[in-house]
Amino acid sequence: MLNKYPAWKNILVLLVIVLGFLYSSPNLFPDDPALQISHESLPVTEADMATVTTALEAAQIDFFGEVVENESGLVRLNSLDAQLRAKTVIEDSLSDQYIVALNLAPTTPEWMQRIGAGKMNLGLDLQGGVHFLMEVDLEAALQRRMEDNLSNIRNQLRTARIRSTGMELVSNSHIQLGFADEDIRSLARSELRDGFPELLFQNSEVGGRPVLDLRMTEQTILEIQRDTIQTNRITLLNRVDALGVAEPTVQQQGANRIVVELPGVQDPAQAIRILQRIATLQFHLEASLGAPSLSYETYEYQGQLINVNNDVILQGDRISNVRAALDENGLPQVSISLDAQGGQQLNRVTRDNVGRNMDILLIETKSRTNTVFDENGQQVDEIEFYEESRLISHATIQSALGREFRITGLTLREANDLGELIRSGALAAPMMIVEQSVIGPTMGAENLQQGLNAVVISSLLVVVFMLLYYRVFGISANVALIMNILLIFAVMSSVIPATLTLPGIFGIVLTVGMAVDANVLIFTRIREELANGMPPQQAIDAGYDRAFSTILDANLTTFLVAVVLFTIGTGPVKGFSVTLMIGIVTSMFTAIVGTRALINMIYGGRRSLKSLSIGGQGPGKKAAIQPEAS
Amino acid sequence: MILKNQIDFMGKRRIAALCSGVLIVISLLSLLLNSLQFGLDFTSGTSVRLSYDQTVNIPQVNDTLEQGGYDDALVVSFGSDRDIRIILPVDEEIEEAEQSAAALQQGEEIANVLRAASDAEIVLLGSDYVSAKVGEELAEDGGLGMLVALFIIMIYISVRFQFKFAVGAVAALAHDVIVVLGVFSVFRLEFDLTVLAALLAVIGYSLNDTIVVADRIRENFRRMRKGTPVEMVNVSLNQTLSRTLITSFTTLLVLITMLIIGGESIRGFAIALTIGVLVGTYSSIYVASSTILYMNVTREDLMIPVKEGAELDGMP
Repeated sequence: MLNKYPAWKNILVLLVIVLGFLYSSPNLFPDDPALQISHESLPVTEADMATVTTALEAAQIDFFGEVVENESGLVRLNSLDAQLRAKTVIEDSLSDQYIVALNLAPTTPEWMQRIGAGKMNLGLDLQGGVHFLMEVDLEAALQRRMEDNLSNIRNQLRTARIRSTGMELVSNSHIQLGFADEDIRSLARSELRDGFPELLFQNSEVGGRPVLDLRMTEQTILEIQRDTIQTNRITLLNRVDALGVAEPTVQQQGANRIVVELPGVQDPAQAIRILQRIATLQFHLEASLGAPSLSYETYEYQGQLINVNNDVILQGDRISNVRAALDENGLPQVSISLDAQGGQQLNRVTRDNVGRNMDILLIETKSRTNTVFDENGQQVDEIEFYEESRLISHATIQSALGREFRITGLTLREANDLGELIRSGALAAPMMIVEQSVIGPTMGAENLQQGLNAVVISSLLVVVFMLLYYRVFGISANVALIMNILLIFAVMSSVIPATLTLPGIFGIVLTVGMAVDANVLIFTRIREELANGMPPQQAIDAGYDRAFSTILDANLTTFLVAVVLFTIGTGPVKGFSVTLMIGIVTSMFTAIVGTRALINMIYGGRRSLKSLSIGGQGPGKKAAIQPEAS
Repeated sequence: MILKNQIDFMGKRRIAALCSGVLIVISLLSLLLNSLQFGLDFTSGTSVRLSYDQTVNIPQVNDTLEQGGYDDALVVSFGSDRDIRIILPVDEEIEEAEQSAAALQQGEEIANVLRAASDAEIVLLGSDYVSAKVGEELAEDGGLGMLVALFIIMIYISVRFQFKFAVGAVAALAHDVIVVLGVFSVFRLEFDLTVLAALLAVIGYSLNDTIVVADRIRENFRRMRKGTPVEMVNVSLNQTLSRTLITSFTTLLVLITMLIIGGESIRGFAIALTIGVLVGTYSSIYVASSTILYMNVTREDLMIPVKEGAELDGMP
C-alpha cells in the first residue's frame, strides 16, 4: 500500500527520536562546582579525603558528594565562590605533592552516565579561558642533534689520528669535512661509516679539494621532528597539570605547533610563565652509607627513601637522544645517548663507581597559591614559584658507562614513563607563543547567550514560516527541524567528543536555515505533481521519490565542502565544519525519513484522500507551472 | 514545448552576463587597489577588548591613548556603544619570544591608563595576540582550502552529472566568492577567520542551489523530447524557482536574525553569508545555467549511459 511505512521503519524513527532525547538531555543538568584532588605518584586514599573533609568542616565550607574514584578524590561545592575558597583550604591541608584542580562534576543520573550520555564540551569562546598556540623550534632540535654528531665525529677522527682540514655545519642537516687528499678521505670515511647510521656519506669536491658530505637522512629528520613535538607536548601536559585546570587541551596542530587551551584560567600571565619554564635533568650518585648529612638530600622513589649525593655528575643538556625500547632479550629498557663530552664525563665518574647506584633527578618549576594578609589585613592570594626535584630513576652502575648506556630492569610502562620524563627534562625544544587569546568569563557567557538566542529565535521564525506556507506538511517539517537540532546536540554530547564553539553555533544556525531545504524541495515537488493532476497519494510518493536524488546530490557536495573545511581549517573554521557535517547527516534523516513517517501516519492508507494540506494549491494560487496540454 | 506563466530567464542572460561581468571587474579592481581589511587573525598584533558601564566616547579614548604614548592604537566600537576594541601593532623591538607576554601586559596597562582618565567602570573582557608568522600562514591555508574545495566539487559534479555542469557550477562558485570578497573590499569590512569560514559556507550554499537547478535540467533533458536547450533550461529554472526563493528566504531569515541579535562576534560571518546567499541565488540561475548553455550542452550529454550487457536483459 502506498505511503505506509513498514513497521521497522517506524520503529527506527521512534528509536532515533528516543535516543536523541536521551543523549541530549544531560545538557539540562547543570554541573556542580567541584575540586579534584590527585597525587603526583600515589593514588589518593580515603584517609586523604578524611583530611580534606575535616579541613573543609573547620573552615565552615559546605560540601557534599566526596568520593575517591580512579585514584583521585572529588569534592562537590555549592557555589563557584565556595570552590575557590575550598581550593586554598585543601591545598593548605595537604602536602605539596597533591594537586588540587578546579573541576565541574556532572549531576546527570548515574544510569545516564553509564550509557555514555554526557554533556557537550563548551569551547573557550563560550566559557572563558586562555588559548595559546605554541610553535616548537624544530630547527633547534635538529641543530642540537647535528652539532652533537659533529663533536662526536671530531673526537673520533682525533682518536684515530685522521686530520681534517676543515669541519663545518653547512646547515642543520648537513656537515662537510675537508681533507688534504683522497686517501685521507677514504680513511676517514671507513672510520666513521659504522658509527653514524643516521647520516648519508657522499664524496665531492670543493675548490679542487676533496670533501666528505654527511647529510641526515629524510627519515631521521622526520623522526627527530616527530619525537620533538611529542616530547614538547608531554612537557606542556606536565606543566599544565601544575596549573590545576579542569579540562585542559594540549594538541598538536600542523607540523610544528601545539595548541594549549585552558578553560577557566583567569590569570594568563601566570599560565605563560609556567608554560615557558623549562624543566632540567641532573645525574647524581647515591650517597654512600655514613656520608655527612649535609652532603646529600633524601628523595622518595617507589616507596623507598633514597639519599642522593649533592654533586652533579652530568646535566641533562648532555643528552642527545633517549629511547624506550625492548632489548635483545625482549626486556624493556631505556637507552640514553650522550654527546662526546657527556660520555667522557660519565665515563670518568662511573669507572670508579661500579656497583654504586646512579640517580636521575627531574627539576621542574611549579607554582602554588598562598593566602596571605596584606598591610590592610585583607586576604590576598600570592603566587609563588618554586623548584621541585623528583627522583625519576635509581639504578645500579653495572660497568663503566660511556656515550651510550641503558637503564634496564624496568617494566614496560616504567620504561615508557622514564623515557618520557627524561625527554621532557632534556630534549624539549624551545617553544614560543605565536598566538594567544584571552576570553574573559563575561565575554564567554555573553557569546553563549547570544549564540543560543540566535538559534532559538531563528528556529522560531523558520517554524512559523513553514507552518504558514505548508500547513500540515509544514508541521512535519517543523517537527523534523526540532528533532534535527536535538540530534545535533545528542551527537555532539555523546557520540563524538566534539566541542561546541561559537562558530559551531553558527553552523547549527545555518543548518536550521538549510535543513528545511530538503523539505521545501519535497513539498514543492508534491505541489507540482498535484498541479499536474496526480492524485494525492501518488503525489506524496512521487514528491519524496523525485526529490531524493536532488537532496542527496546537494547534501553530498555540501558535505564535501565541510570535509575540506575540517581538514585544512583550524580553530573557528574547524568548529564550524564539525557542526555543519553533523547537521547535514542528521538533517538528511529527519527531513526525509522523519517527515515521511509523520506524513504517512497522517495521510497514509486513506483511500478516499481528496486533497492535502500543503498550502498554495487552490485555484489562482498555483505555485507550480502547468505545461500546456500536449 | 512552450510553457505559459513562465519567466524567460535565459532570454536575459546577456544582460545578466553584463551585470556579473561588471560586478566581477569592480570586485577584482577593488581587491587589487584596496585589498582587504584583514583582521588580526591574518595579520599580527594585539587586540584588547574593554567593556564600559556607560557609553564610550571614542575620540576621548583616542586622545587618552595618544597622551599615554599609544600613538598606533586603533579604537573601534565592538558590538554595543559600551564595548570597544583597541588594536595595536606588534612592537618590533620586543623579542619574538617575549611578545605574547608583552601583549598581555599591554592590555592591562591600557585598561589602567583608560581607568585613570575616566570615571567609568572599565572591565577588561579579553585580549588576543597574533604573531606575524601565523597570520600569513592562515591566509595561505584559507586560499588553498578554497581551491581544493572547488576542485573536489568539480570532480564530483563531473562524475555525477557531466563536465559541462561542473564548469558551470565552479564558474558560479568562483563568481560568488569574488563578489563577496569584492563587497568586503569596497566597503572595507574586516576580513577575519569567521568571514573565511562564511565564504566556504557560501560555496556550500550556492552549490546546493546550483545542484538543485542542474538536477532539474538533467531530468528535463531526459524526459522532454522537444525543445531547444534554452527552453529546457528556462523550464527547469521556472520549476525550481519557488524552491530557490523559499530556501533563500528561510536562510536569510536565519542570517538576519544572527545579524541583529548575534552580537559582534558573529557580524562579519553573517554579513558575508547574507551577501553570499543573495549572490548565490542569482548565480545558480544565471551564471551556472548560462555557462552550461554557453558550452552547448546537448541531450546526448545527459543520457543515462547504457550499461554493458543491458541488451541481454529479459532473455530467458
